[in-house]
Amino acid sequence: MFNKVVVANRGAVAARVLRALNEMGLHSVAVYSEADAGAPYLAMASETCAIGPAPARESYLDQDALIDVLRRSHADALHPGYGFLSENAAFAQKVTQTGVRFIGPSPQWIEAMGHKTRARGLAARYGMPMSQGSEVLPADAQAIAAAARAIGFPVLVKPAGGGGGIGMLPAQDEAQLTQAVERSRSMAARGFGTADVYLERLIERPRHVEFQVLADAHGAATHLFERDCSTQRRNQKVIEEAPAPGIERNRATAVAGQIADIMRKMGYDNIGTVEMLMGVDGCFSFLEMNTRLQVEHGVTEEVTGVDLVQAQIRSAAGEKLAEILPARLEVRGHAIQARVYAEDPRSFHPSPGKLKVFRPPRDPGVRVETGYAEGRDVTPHYDPMIAKVIVHAPTRARAIERLCGALEAFEIQGPKTNIPAALAVLRSEPFRAGRVHTGLIAEVLGQTAN
Amino acid sequence: MARIEVKSEITGTVWQVKAKPGEKVESGDTLIVIESMKMEIPVITEDPGTVKEIRVKEKDAVAEGQVVAVLDG
Repeated sequence: MFNKVVVANRGAVAARVLRALNEMGLHSVAVYSEADAGAPYLAMASETCAIGPAPARESYLDQDALIDVLRRSHADALHPGYGFLSENAAFAQKVTQTGVRFIGPSPQWIEAMGHKTRARGLAARYGMPMSQGSEVLPADAQAIAAAARAIGFPVLVKPAGGGGGIGMLPAQDEAQLTQAVERSRSMAARGFGTADVYLERLIERPRHVEFQVLADAHGAATHLFERDCSTQRRNQKVIEEAPAPGIERNRATAVAGQIADIMRKMGYDNIGTVEMLMGVDGCFSFLEMNTRLQVEHGVTEEVTGVDLVQAQIRSAAGEKLAEILPARLEVRGHAIQARVYAEDPRSFHPSPGKLKVFRPPRDPGVRVETGYAEGRDVTPHYDPMIAKVIVHAPTRARAIERLCGALEAFEIQGPKTNIPAALAVLRSEPFRAGRVHTGLIAEVLGQTAN
Repeated sequence: MARIEVKSEITGTVWQVKAKPGEKVESGDTLIVIESMKMEIPVITEDPGTVKEIRVKEKDAVAEGQVVAVLDG
């Protein structure tokens, strides 16, 4: 096992990883930008280290600064969290070359899955269910239009190097396509360092169902069931739950088993999530694979009783899955998470500012993951997520009830939050009936406005 | 001629300045793009006019409600 682990992240995930390291009795190093000096979770670390000014590219994305922290602290592992450098193969490689273990899959998997068209090609070769898509689009407008026609409108323009729904734009026809490609390229170039974009068939009213996988460095891979993350705004998840409602357990487990087999055959070697879209016809198609811990890992932890962060660390340290996981995994009850964003609940525009009041609910059965505390500033420099509220209950209906209660009890003053929007969705008839899809928030808020 | 003040709806950093002084703009045109919390949010003029002043430059910090451009309309 490792001796000392650098947590190369901030906020809720830094807090979560530090907690795992403390529970495992490992030394930890937390890093922070000027904006995060004095953040509450820093107190959980054995050591802390300033890494630069507030803008992410000068701190949490500054690879040299982080490598320097590794050297100075004599750490033997680095946990990247999610976001920032967690899916940057070149960084993982640099960490490895420094003689430090990158807690994640081998850089080759980050590389393979980080580029979406390459990932699709690779997954398809191993038999992953897949919808139609294009290769990386060329510069020529005629060729772009031809690629779209070959798939059939409507299509979705997606950055090949991206994630988090950033730069994903639908096009209903050729006129929209030109604009969508141009905008997507601009956002991709800035967000992901490559302007490569490609097309996928746009699946209307899809559900987003993803499968948690865990593998080790000894050729074993398994799944920890699925999550439904259909409730999204701007292609970013807001409400996530496990298990996925309305899918027969046998079917969910069969698809999960198929995915675990593919991971084993491929030789995948740490934590990951295979994201799928489920059409109204019930068919699954591969969306992408995230080669890291997921923001919504907590709902899987609640229903399986497995600490995924500790499991990920133990796998990276060379332990075998058979030692890490219980002999039999099963889903107990139902867990739901709401992400609390500092944003306007109607326009979803960011709403940074000082948290004049910040009092998370403290009820039993409610778990809150946050990197913030009352009096702290939510700055415009980072992601707007300020907390995750996770509940676990024997049934889905009771979990919804418990989450509504927890969100109502969450007192926040200062930035506006999406809590009213999350509550409107949780209380809506389609959500309660399990008829979720990625357009549900817009539909529910539209109805509320009428 | 009316003087029109265009304000940023959000706190963030100026990512791009799209309009130049002297330029004629239509309602709905994007004058400036603000970056905040990993999003690009356009500052759009509701009125047509001629750009008189752009009060920010790229990388400037802006606050919610801050006047970022002035038009003659």
